[in-house]
Amino acid sequence: MTNTGSNTTVSPGGLPSRRNTELAMLIFAVLIPVFAYANVGLAKDGALPAGMLGYGAGLCLLAGVAHLVVRRWAPYADPLMLPIATLLNGMGLVLIYRLDLEPLPGGAAAPTQLMWSTLGVGLFVGVLVFLKDHRVLQRYTYISMVAALILLILPVFFPARFGARIWITIPGVGSLQPGEFAKIIIAVFFAGYLMVKRDALALASRRFMGLYLPRGRDLGPILVIWALSVLILVFETDLGTSMLFFGLFVVMLYVATERTSWIVFGLGLTVVGAVAVASFEPHVQSRVDDWLDPMQAFQNGSEQPAQALWAFGSGGVLGSGLGQGFSRLIGFAAKSDYIFATVGEELGLTGVMALLLLYGLLVERGIRTSLAARDPFGKLLAVGLSAAFGIQVFVVAGGVMGLIPLTGMTMPFLAQGGSSVIANWALVAILLKISDTARRPAPAPAPSPDAEMTQVVRP
Amino acid sequence: MSELTLTVMRLGFLAVLWLFVIVAVQVIRSDLFGTRVTQRAARRAEGQRPQQRQSPPRQQGGRRGGGRNAPSKLVVTEGSLTGTTVALQGQTITLGRAHDSTIVLDDDYASSRHARIYPDRDGQWIVEDLGSTNGTYLDRTRLTTPTPIQPGAPIRIGKTVIELRK
Repeated sequence: MTNTGSNTTVSPGGLPSRRNTELAMLIFAVLIPVFAYANVGLAKDGALPAGMLGYGAGLCLLAGVAHLVVRRWAPYADPLMLPIATLLNGMGLVLIYRLDLEPLPGGAAAPTQLMWSTLGVGLFVGVLVFLKDHRVLQRYTYISMVAALILLILPVFFPARFGARIWITIPGVGSLQPGEFAKIIIAVFFAGYLMVKRDALALASRRFMGLYLPRGRDLGPILVIWALSVLILVFETDLGTSMLFFGLFVVMLYVATERTSWIVFGLGLTVVGAVAVASFEPHVQSRVDDWLDPMQAFQNGSEQPAQALWAFGSGGVLGSGLGQGFSRLIGFAAKSDYIFATVGEELGLTGVMALLLLYGLLVERGIRTSLAARDPFGKLLAVGLSAAFGIQVFVVAGGVMGLIPLTGMTMPFLAQGGSSVIANWALVAILLKISDTARRPAPAPAPSPDAEMTQVVRP
Repeated sequence: MSELTLTVMRLGFLAVLWLFVIVAVQVIRSDLFGTRVTQRAARRAEGQRPQQRQSPPRQQGGRRGGGRNAPSKLVVTEGSLTGTTVALQGQTITLGRAHDSTIVLDDDYASSRHARIYPDRDGQWIVEDLGSTNGTYLDRTRLTTPTPIQPGAPIRIGKTVIELRK
């Protein structure tokens, strides 16, 4: 508090754009993964890895392009989001590269991931350039709803992979997880819908036992969303996406209406839905059993939950060092769902905390953006997008650490997976755009009449 | 590669990672620690007194420090715009219902050009009533002449209260 002279800049109003701060942080954010590459190479082969320059240059190029685009098209945007996203993406590339060196099924994934990251930054640039104003999205409220529903339902028509129907396969291109994109689109729908309906939801209610009970017709939408997320759970056996959707809706309802009762309802409905589905759906049931007793599951052939816990345990406080752990023991999905276990083993509790803090900071910037935003739609959208991001981190990290049953979601930016990287870059781009609008100085009164007035009236 | 080098790299990497986190927090420090919502709520509950009690020592310290602690932002503490801040960068801030005001007051008791706040030659911030119908109040007194503003002193216009903060 004593020396805030240089730091009084993050509040709406006539502010410096802070693009240079962003550039400095960005350089830092590129150097850390390069350091990590060197560390992996030295630990595995005793020499600097051959791909280090390539990956370093690639990451540097992506970050540079993203920065220049932000400088040109969103000059007042938040200075921290892009560096954090770059660092997380870079760390993800390093960790995948590091796991490529192990005899794991699936072959080398780091080059593909770099390609997906490039596409992600491409979409990031596209959103910043072509989305002139985030309020345009408000026009597409109901179209977004339909689009999100279609994206969610599509995977049902494709064969299940690894026990969950969350992929659509496009022949010749590869497979996509539409749920990742649906999360952004549904946030647009919720923001647009709640902006219109929030007064009805907040004010028309009866007080009962200290809670505001909403009217039946206002309860309708939340029940529909709840039914929808349970249906996703049943037909796609995807616990993660349904948790994400429902959590997102509850958070946005709470923010829009300021009514605690929605949270109580939401949590109650989540528990009811999850317990009900877990009791009859075998795939979900087995996940819950694995979670309740990982050691028993280990003996029954489902080794990953126990291996992940052992990875965290053997990492200890400071970790074994990059390239010196035994993450290959996790086997299948080590690069995607379980990549956080590798972080836990090789960087230890210290590294895990640092990465979780980075995720936390990104979410904090999003919420801060929503506080600063001037229009209700932007506020709700920023809260929704950051909540979706935060819930996803919670669901994956909690699942890998054994706090909640594991679900097939990817750690944003960190894990292998094209859809996830691309969708999260787009998410960050929309947040940056809202933040740019929020922090942009209000259209100032014409300076010259003001100056004149000052001179005339001054005593 | 020797064990020692690897240990140094391992710890060094963790240190660098944390350094990034710490620098990132420094960048947004004023966001994390700058606004004190609880204090403001407490102030409002207890009336204006605690705030006046708190601010004088800081102000005097600042004055002797040669303007280092000059107010840096204008904060709306009551009224429909509560929470709005405007950075003070030597520009004149106009208040009123007119659309070209810096702070557009949506308030039946405000005039279209109600008041303005500007720095004089010494950098002291001055508030001046622009002939409004209902008047501008600094603390409890109605302004008749341009008056210097002490940081933390409430300026009332209709239902809106603003103050300058460091």
